[in-house]
Amino acid sequence: MSWYELPTSDIHKMAVEELDTSKLLTNAARQRDERNYKDLLIIDVDCHHYENESLREIVDYIEDPVMKHSAQMATTGGTGVQTSFLPGLVGYQDIAGRVTRYPLRKSEKTPTGKVHRDVTLTLRWMDAMGVDYVCLFPTPMLAMGSHPQTEVEVNMARAYNRWLTENILYTESRIKSMLYLPFNDPDATYKMVQDFGDKKGVVGFMVTASRYAQVYDNAYMKTYSLLEELGKPLAFHAGYNWSDPILATTNRFIATHALGFTFFNIVHCANWIVNGLPVRFPKLKIIWIESGIAWVPWLMQRLDNDYKMRSSECPSLKKLPSEYMREMYYTSQPLEMPDDLSVLETTFKMMNAETQLLWASDYPHWDMDLPSKIYDLPILSEQAKRNILGENARSLFNLDTSPRFPK
Amino acid sequence: MTQKEIFVAHRSEFKERERKIVPHGNTEIGVYRANGKLYAYQNLCAHQGGPACEGLLMPKVEEVIARDQTYQGQKFNYEELHIVCPWHGWEYDLQTGEMVADRKFRLKKYEVVERGEDIYVLV
Repeated sequence: MSWYELPTSDIHKMAVEELDTSKLLTNAARQRDERNYKDLLIIDVDCHHYENESLREIVDYIEDPVMKHSAQMATTGGTGVQTSFLPGLVGYQDIAGRVTRYPLRKSEKTPTGKVHRDVTLTLRWMDAMGVDYVCLFPTPMLAMGSHPQTEVEVNMARAYNRWLTENILYTESRIKSMLYLPFNDPDATYKMVQDFGDKKGVVGFMVTASRYAQVYDNAYMKTYSLLEELGKPLAFHAGYNWSDPILATTNRFIATHALGFTFFNIVHCANWIVNGLPVRFPKLKIIWIESGIAWVPWLMQRLDNDYKMRSSECPSLKKLPSEYMREMYYTSQPLEMPDDLSVLETTFKMMNAETQLLWASDYPHWDMDLPSKIYDLPILSEQAKRNILGENARSLFNLDTSPRFPK
Repeated sequence: MTQKEIFVAHRSEFKERERKIVPHGNTEIGVYRANGKLYAYQNLCAHQGGPACEGLLMPKVEEVIARDQTYQGQKFNYEELHIVCPWHGWEYDLQTGEMVADRKFRLKKYEVVERGEDIYVLV
């Protein structure tokens, strides 16, 4: 045994032998109390659970009987290697176990009973951080857009969404979600919005960005129209795919992650704008999730510069691309923290952060941000902090927060 | 101002390659015995305030580059140990408390004293 293994009381190993989220986040709870978050609405627009831990429950919701049988067989027996129904990705999110909540995750104890373990775990870290509401997303399913079988994505998306709404969203009103769209099948995507748009806790819909779909395809227009009519935002959640031809040239995960989590969203955002979709769907709210924000001024400048020379290629646009981008929404995590805060200040200014930026933790993933990342910034006004930490999301999702803040 | 002493452990109960975490006010101090020396740091990461002393202690990872500048792999350097914050993986040099990727960040360091059979941290 090497001397830095987990877990043990040895110096090189963990201070605890099992994970306790509340204990791990003791310092977050101290921040919560020192900053008096109880008087502050905090909405986390991007956090996660590990739906693979409930995969046996989820596959029971698959509607196609043949695929359901296959999925049940794949998840109840076999060799234990990764199932084809949640293929996952090559990667090293846990930094070789240095981020200890990864290797210790399964050791965390939760009470047995009616409350789902994922609800218990989510509320545990929400309460430690002082978060009032969250938008919960899956983890391995973020890679489903690269599944070679479109019908697996469609069936898993429906099964997951049914399972999530019935077992999580219906039972805990502080947990919301923007539901997974099987975007590789435009008709199934449309049907998903039709069938789930009015479900409790569904505040919007989400496309996993690491895929090769063309967001301007006419086949998606009915979905965008329906979302606009329902007043539900459409979010693109960033991701990476190390098998993508250009990312496959990277050999260290730091580069795969830093690039992958931005450029899929950059491509979709550029396509969205130059095809005039903001003009066709002026009331449809678009959210770009988990790409940080440093890319926003970069893309604004690139598109504006080209647009002034090549406006004939995007004749739908009535104003500069950056002006459309300034009307979109962005989650903050992982918020880049340059030594020179004037860089961040300029980024905030360019993207209208006071009204368009939404705080997100991405917890429990490795590069999570606490509310203090925004709260402690000296370059933001008190109102801007309140907006970014919760008020912008409350308006965007038309969220009733009175249960947490009775008038 | 007179420094206060916080009892850490009896010498016989604190062996090489062990770590003790002792409470100090509203926070804690992580005390390490490694390579024959004692070190003490505040259990508070300079990044987002994580419990830096509650994670792994890892040897430094080094690149193996041959004379012809070709890459030959990586290795652990057991002479330089790093305190790794469990929240995000920020790594600190055990000897200095400096964050290894950007040494302007550091853990707050405390002096450790041994008196008779007892070990104390000065705060």
